Amino acid sequence: MGDMFRSEQMALCQMFIQPEAAYTSVSELGETGSVQFRDLNCNVNIFQRKFVTEVRRCDELERKIRYIETEIKKDGIALPDIQDDIPRAPNPREIIDLEAHLEKTESEMIELAQNEVNMKSNYLELTELRKVLENTQGFFSDQEVLNLDSSNRGAGVVDEATVQHRGRLGFVAGVINRERVFGFERMLWRISRGNVFLKRSDLDAPLNDPATGHPIYKTVFVAFFQGEQLKNRIKKVCTGFHASLYPCPSSHNEREEMVKNVRTRLEDLKLVLSQTEDHRSRVLATVSKNLPSWSIMVKKMKAIYHTLNLFNMDVTKKCLIGECWVPTKDLHIVQKALSDGSAAVGSTIPSFLNVIDTNEQPPTFNRTNKFTRGFQNLIDAYGIASYRECNPALYTCITFPFLFAVMFGDLGHGIILLLFGAWMVLSEKKLARIKNGGEIWNIFFGGRYIILLMGLFSCYTGLIYNDVFSKSMNIFGSNWINNYNTSTVLTNKHLQMPPNTSAVGVYPLGLDPIWQLADNKIIFLNSFKMKLSIIVGVLHMVFGVCMSVCNFVHFKKYSSIFLEFVPQILFLLLLFGYMVFMMFFKWFKYSPHATFQPETPGCAPSVLIMFINMMLFKNTKPFVGCNEFMFDSQEGLQKTFVVIGLICVPWMLLGKPLYIKFTRGRRVSHVKHNGELTGNMELAEGETPLPTGNEQAGGAHGHEEEPMSEVFIHQGIHTIEYVLSTISHTASYLRLWALSLAHAQLSEVLWNMVLSLGLKMPPYTGAIGLFVIFGAWCLFTLAILVMMEGLSAFLHTLRLHWVEFMSKFYEGLGYAFQPFSFKAIIDGEEEE
Amino acid sequence: MKICGPKCSLCGLIISVWGIVQLVLMGLFFYIHSVALIEDLPLLEEYENLDAFYTAANAAYTQNAYNCWIAACIYVLTLLLSAQQFYMNSRVTAN
Repeated sequence: MGDMFRSEQMALCQMFIQPEAAYTSVSELGETGSVQFRDLNCNVNIFQRKFVTEVRRCDELERKIRYIETEIKKDGIALPDIQDDIPRAPNPREIIDLEAHLEKTESEMIELAQNEVNMKSNYLELTELRKVLENTQGFFSDQEVLNLDSSNRGAGVVDEATVQHRGRLGFVAGVINRERVFGFERMLWRISRGNVFLKRSDLDAPLNDPATGHPIYKTVFVAFFQGEQLKNRIKKVCTGFHASLYPCPSSHNEREEMVKNVRTRLEDLKLVLSQTEDHRSRVLATVSKNLPSWSIMVKKMKAIYHTLNLFNMDVTKKCLIGECWVPTKDLHIVQKALSDGSAAVGSTIPSFLNVIDTNEQPPTFNRTNKFTRGFQNLIDAYGIASYRECNPALYTCITFPFLFAVMFGDLGHGIILLLFGAWMVLSEKKLARIKNGGEIWNIFFGGRYIILLMGLFSCYTGLIYNDVFSKSMNIFGSNWINNYNTSTVLTNKHLQMPPNTSAVGVYPLGLDPIWQLADNKIIFLNSFKMKLSIIVGVLHMVFGVCMSVCNFVHFKKYSSIFLEFVPQILFLLLLFGYMVFMMFFKWFKYSPHATFQPETPGCAPSVLIMFINMMLFKNTKPFVGCNEFMFDSQEGLQKTFVVIGLICVPWMLLGKPLYIKFTRGRRVSHVKHNGELTGNMELAEGETPLPTGNEQAGGAHGHEEEPMSEVFIHQGIHTIEYVLSTISHTASYLRLWALSLAHAQLSEVLWNMVLSLGLKMPPYTGAIGLFVIFGAWCLFTLAILVMMEGLSAFLHTLRLHWVEFMSKFYEGLGYAFQPFSFKAIIDGEEEE
Repeated sequence: MKICGPKCSLCGLIISVWGIVQLVLMGLFFYIHSVALIEDLPLLEEYENLDAFYTAANAAYTQNAYNCWIAACIYVLTLLLSAQQFYMNSRVTAN
């Protein structure tokens, strides 16, 4: 388990692999998922790389698998899900087997499909013929006697002679799509100049088109005409309108016989069709068992060949060279994978790994487990940390749920969140298998530990705020007592309980429960929560500024500690830290039990007014009998603090640029190591630059030969930003107060406007009303207070972390470590 | 037999359990005359004397307690109904 304090140390390695062991070695590396390969063939076209034929082969296999998958889906067979036993990449023998299998299955499927289409068109023809024979019954009742079947060619000379003799009506019978009937009729009318007689009858049941399977409505028609030429014309029109013509005998007996014939043939064809269907289902069922694992094997194979394409063939053509980033702690894993790969293929020459030095910025890799991953994602969403920068995600694990809970503090809602988080965490193995839950489910499930912790902390703050669904819990007995006599209470609508006589002792944990019923609850809570927010905010920001020291020490920018950190922390502590001190002092100093009047609560000055007066060097006249200041020498102390704070500003503004200016002049005469400047201060400190220059890349700052004016301007911007941010961010933390007030008030409104109505109902029958109203109250609580307020508090906490906390020290200019890992590839493809 | 789908029955299940737990507790708190719930009592604006107020408040407390417990019993029925629907739905999908 890596430590989360900062990202892991990475090493750039060169890999020398024997060509015969290349495939297995890369397969082993993909299983471990510890290396990120660099593309050594950037300028080579994809189609000209070494392993392009193998990639094509994989593509071909994938295409076959996709085709079989669609066929399986069409039939509605379910593909089994392999979660546990993920197969490894296939070795060459298995690849050949796989290819043969897929080839055979694909050709069989294509053949079956083709046969099916043929048989279906046969079926269609026979069905249409039968329909024609059945429906033209009525047409021929009068013509029967004349025996004028013009399509009956084999009838002999007699018929022809008869036709020619009589010159009477011949006919053609067929079937046409219903949409085309009218156009067909009009065309026949036109070409025959009205000499064609068309009789038609619609078919009620639609027939299925063999190719697409869509049902199409058709119409049976019989066209009566006179003469040979007209017959030809009619036949041409029929082909033009895609009408199918069928030989229909005009004599009743012949028709009957034909119908019987057609019926038997239809039955036979149906049997053959169903047998083909069965065969197809059987083939698909056998294939479907292996298909998912084949699919994964092919994906792995393709990934391996893509990776091999990133390698370079060395000059002697003896081995493949690849470059990769590896976390230093994982080097032995990579060595083992390489040796396993060579051993699997039986190669005697081992592959080896060579660590090389570089000045490039390595990728940022934070090793996380299932608990820390959620918090790391929250930080990474803002920006990936620069290489080896201090990782704020470590502290976020606790500060995030805590700040959320300050805004969400309600024991009842906290329990709901806790139960939800606990359910997701306890059944995470089962829930992880759900693939298509949707984006929202994935977000909630991915943040299950965050939700669990948020619920837990909310329960704690709910206890402290003494708020359960807007009611308070009287666990220890209230410490406020009523000292008025009965007549005073009965005659006065509002009474005030002065704390010097009515408040005895201190409630052990949290807020006294009586406050929930007090009229001045909000005034009291406002003062308390606002001060609390500022105290938490200043602490959080001071912590953020102190984190920058860790970064400066690590990157050996010791001068920045004196030139940047010290003025920043002085400014923050002397002004806003002093304000926090004033808050605590005010809480301790003024007491209702005091006998000295300036120490009674009535004389307590407003902290904000004192702070403003301090900054503006003003004085306000205190009340009669009160002192302006809380302690002696406060005035002098405040003036000192303000002066020091004011000195810090030019210190921040000019300190660093002037230092850079002086050291640059000194350093030009130094011998340059490594042929490049790696930072501003390091070499000038007289240290020998370390071979791993990446540590000294100065956290990706690299102010290499920036003109002095730029340096001054940058520092000016940073200074103004910092000074203004001390005020604006401190005020920004007041959102902790605002959201907790909003949450408490919403909760109270919901109870009073909804549930209270259900509780004030008549006896016994009111229980049903209570039953209904309680259900509504539950739904509103979940929708408004848990979901909406929860998301709102989550968002504001995230903002506080990203802007107010991380802007004090975080750079976030790194790029993520994306290792070559089969697991990541397969999971990523499944998400699509 | 099937009145509602899987999501509806799960929703009913959760609300029923929540309702039973919370209403039993609330009934208990009403029964022991907890002051925190005093604003939820069906009381009039004014009473003639203190005793009238006390009797009305005590009666209101016990009445509300019984109301809560009866509502909890109705939620037990809803729980049974939702549970049965839920199991039936999960058996259908399993088949």
